[in-house]
Amino acid sequence: MAQVTLNTLRKVYPNGFEAVKPASFTIEKGEFVVLVGPSGCGKSTMLRMIAGLEDITQGDLQIGDRIVNDVDPADRDIAMVFQNYALYPHMTVRKNIGYGLKNRKIAKDVIDQKVTDAANLLNLNDYLDRKPSQLSGGQRQRVAMGRAIVRDPSLFLFDEPLSNLDAKLRNQMRIEIKALQRRLGVTSVYVTHDQVEAMTMADRIIVMNGGEIEQIGTPAQVYHSPASTFVASFMGAPPMNLLDALVAENAAMIGGQTIAQFAGHGPVTLGIRPEDILPDPNGDFEINVTLIEELGAHRILHATWAGQTIMVSVAKDVTAETGTMHVAIKSDALSFFDAQTGRRL
Amino acid sequence: MKRIKLETIVDHSVLIIGSLIMILPVAMLLQMASTPDIETMRNGPGLVFGDQIPANFEKAMFEASGFSGENTGLRMLYNSLILGLGFAIGKIVIGMMAAYAIVYFRLKFATLAFWIIFTTLLLPLEVRILPSYEIVQKLGMLNTYQGLIIPLIASATATFFFRQFFRSVPEELIEAARIDGAGPIKFFVDILVPLSRTMIAAMFIIMFVYGWNQYLWPTMITTDEGMFTLVRGIKQITQTLEGTNLPEYGKSNILQIIAILPPVLIVIFFQSWFVKGLTESDK
Amino acid sequence: MKRAGFSIRWLPILLLLPQLSIILIFFYWPAAHAVRSSFFLQDPFGFGETFVGLKNYTSLLKSSAYLRSAQFTVIFTLMVTALSLSLALLLAVKADKVIKGAKTYRTFLMWVYAVAPPVAGVIGLVLFDQSWGPLKEFFGLFGWDFRLGVDYFDTAFAMVVISVWKQLPVNFIFFLSGLQSIPKSVREAALIDNRSASGRFWDVTFPLLAPTAFFLLIINITYALFDTFGIIDTVVKGEPSNNPMTLVYRVYVDGFRGNDLGGSSAQSVVLMVLVLALTVFQFRMVERRIHYT
Repeated sequence: MAQVTLNTLRKVYPNGFEAVKPASFTIEKGEFVVLVGPSGCGKSTMLRMIAGLEDITQGDLQIGDRIVNDVDPADRDIAMVFQNYALYPHMTVRKNIGYGLKNRKIAKDVIDQKVTDAANLLNLNDYLDRKPSQLSGGQRQRVAMGRAIVRDPSLFLFDEPLSNLDAKLRNQMRIEIKALQRRLGVTSVYVTHDQVEAMTMADRIIVMNGGEIEQIGTPAQVYHSPASTFVASFMGAPPMNLLDALVAENAAMIGGQTIAQFAGHGPVTLGIRPEDILPDPNGDFEINVTLIEELGAHRILHATWAGQTIMVSVAKDVTAETGTMHVAIKSDALSFFDAQTGRRL
Repeated sequence: MKRIKLETIVDHSVLIIGSLIMILPVAMLLQMASTPDIETMRNGPGLVFGDQIPANFEKAMFEASGFSGENTGLRMLYNSLILGLGFAIGKIVIGMMAAYAIVYFRLKFATLAFWIIFTTLLLPLEVRILPSYEIVQKLGMLNTYQGLIIPLIASATATFFFRQFFRSVPEELIEAARIDGAGPIKFFVDILVPLSRTMIAAMFIIMFVYGWNQYLWPTMITTDEGMFTLVRGIKQITQTLEGTNLPEYGKSNILQIIAILPPVLIVIFFQSWFVKGLTESDK
Repeated sequence: MKRAGFSIRWLPILLLLPQLSIILIFFYWPAAHAVRSSFFLQDPFGFGETFVGLKNYTSLLKSSAYLRSAQFTVIFTLMVTALSLSLALLLAVKADKVIKGAKTYRTFLMWVYAVAPPVAGVIGLVLFDQSWGPLKEFFGLFGWDFRLGVDYFDTAFAMVVISVWKQLPVNFIFFLSGLQSIPKSVREAALIDNRSASGRFWDVTFPLLAPTAFFLLIINITYALFDTFGIIDTVVKGEPSNNPMTLVYRVYVDGFRGNDLGGSSAQSVVLMVLVLALTVFQFRMVERRIHYT
């Protein structure tokens, strides 16, 4: 178990592209941190710098109590699970899992024991003598996990490990990985572009965009108090409604109606989660529902409000029809963003 | 960081030495072609380039090397082009047609045809060179372009290559085309051929180089100096170097350069196609 | 065949016709002819032939010149294959690794593919020239009096050097593309699992290159046997006399120059059997080899 500290870590490629802008944060011992963001946001580059697969342009990276900027990947005491598993195709499952140990000059019987233990943990006992090409996607994924856990590393790195699996398997493996990490208590950094994975697995989420960190926080913080309009629209499905509002005389207004008290003056962006708009016959606000998406457990109403499109999430037992509808708003659930910069106010 | 640097230096040194080994021998021919013959005869290849290339080039292109006066460099260049182009085009056209028939038609004897064709992959022309010569002789095709080209086409490399490629074309494509009302010829011309463009280019480069560089077969089939290709003519050129008072090194060497230049340029300029054709065809 | 293939009868036959007729006339006919001729003794003046059974074959086995060529061919093939494969692998590994100038190195290392074998032979003649050949001079510094075309060993040595030079690009291209088709993440996983670069090469990279290497082994053997004809013919200047020669070159010399059709045909048939054996071996290995996905 190790604490990981990034101190103004930066990556500039030879062609001048700044993939990661100076980033600083600390990952606590045993913490599960998820780096999330759209493709090209620098999250994988960040992970690969931690792994040592990518040179660090500037800044310091500390794993445990040493600066590891110039330490070989093999000497960083890390284990990594790759997106396409990166299993060695010519080795059996047993050899794949044991390969890293073998190179550390660990006695053969110890390796055998560890491989067996890992296989037990991951239900791979029957497949130890197969080659990766004879395994299903989920099994390969488990082998990749096995390869990581036998090493007892001080840090786990995951690079979109579930993106090659189908939806059902992905949900299942998500839970398995999380449970495994809890049991082993190993510090973990997990990269994904899937906000559901980020929300469900993370102790803390780091949202990245355009090489920059937008927000660091617990899933609840990121969800309920997004630091920017980007985070607001990236996290959550359906995303937070972002509406143009006007602040005057300490009140934020949409379509001339006061939504909430707010100090300031001029245009702002008002954020409200779809589930924080409540159908209420006595509600102050009137929206026009144009389309209803049936999702079983709940429904998404697509509507317009004072000329702006919004989404409203309602429980399955709420009756809804297209046309005019009255709603109320949870005023304590509102977020305000600067209309220009998108930063939270 | 120092360790990484040393490693990089070693890597580059190995590559530079390798590159020099590949380049210097040919540069040596060029140097000899640029130097007056008398100097070459005395000292061999040197380090300084002379100014004789234009003069030697003119000699090489327009002065005949043999006895009949027919095999000027220009004539041989022309013959080489015909062999290279004829071989490449013939092989691709015939190969594509056969591959199309095998892959896209319900044919009773498709398997038989496949085996008849693919057995030819097993035996290179060199092992049946004499009987092939006799047959070409019987057919009266000695010293003709047909005799030069057609027997070389009698192997299935291109057919095999296109068969592999056609099989990798998605099944839905022919289904969609048939629903859109395309017949077999329309499908071939409108869809398959345009789709194969890169494959054709890749194959063309490999086949052109292969045809251009043929040596043994042209040596046997062409005795008429007017039919010599550059590569075929090389032996005769080097033989004229023996036993003369002042061998024409310059002319000979510039002919070697001319003989390798077209295929070399094609391989360099169309490198990615060439590599694709090579690595995908031979498997 | 495609599931939705066309079912017209005449068109595929028409499409196959050119290929099949060329193959029948210029492949099967000569091949059959060679097999037949190998059992006959031809009259040198073309007045017919006599059936002699296996005599052409037995006299081959008794001919010390033939056996000498066979022996040379084996050694020559082994040397050319081993040297050009290992040098090409070294260069490919380095070319795959460097970042700066990778494309330039690649071009420099592959363009010789397009050089015709007899031109390579001529280059050899210059390099080893008796009066001023640069390599001859170089060997002279070490007291090696290199005599191309006179000394059997020296001539064989020059043939190997030139043949390796000419074959290097093909092997380089295949090894490089083999290296590049190894998934990046597999190499990165190895980077985390193994700190030693040579360990990573032998444990991960090389096994993944094995199919390429095996395929190249067959290609190189075929090359050394057949495609070196132009090099050998140029190096010996068309005058075999006492010089080393490969079996294919002997087919040509005995049959075309020496007019011994029966003997030459028997040699052809021996070569055919050799190639067939090689191909069968290749197919069986390919079948057995693991298909990585």
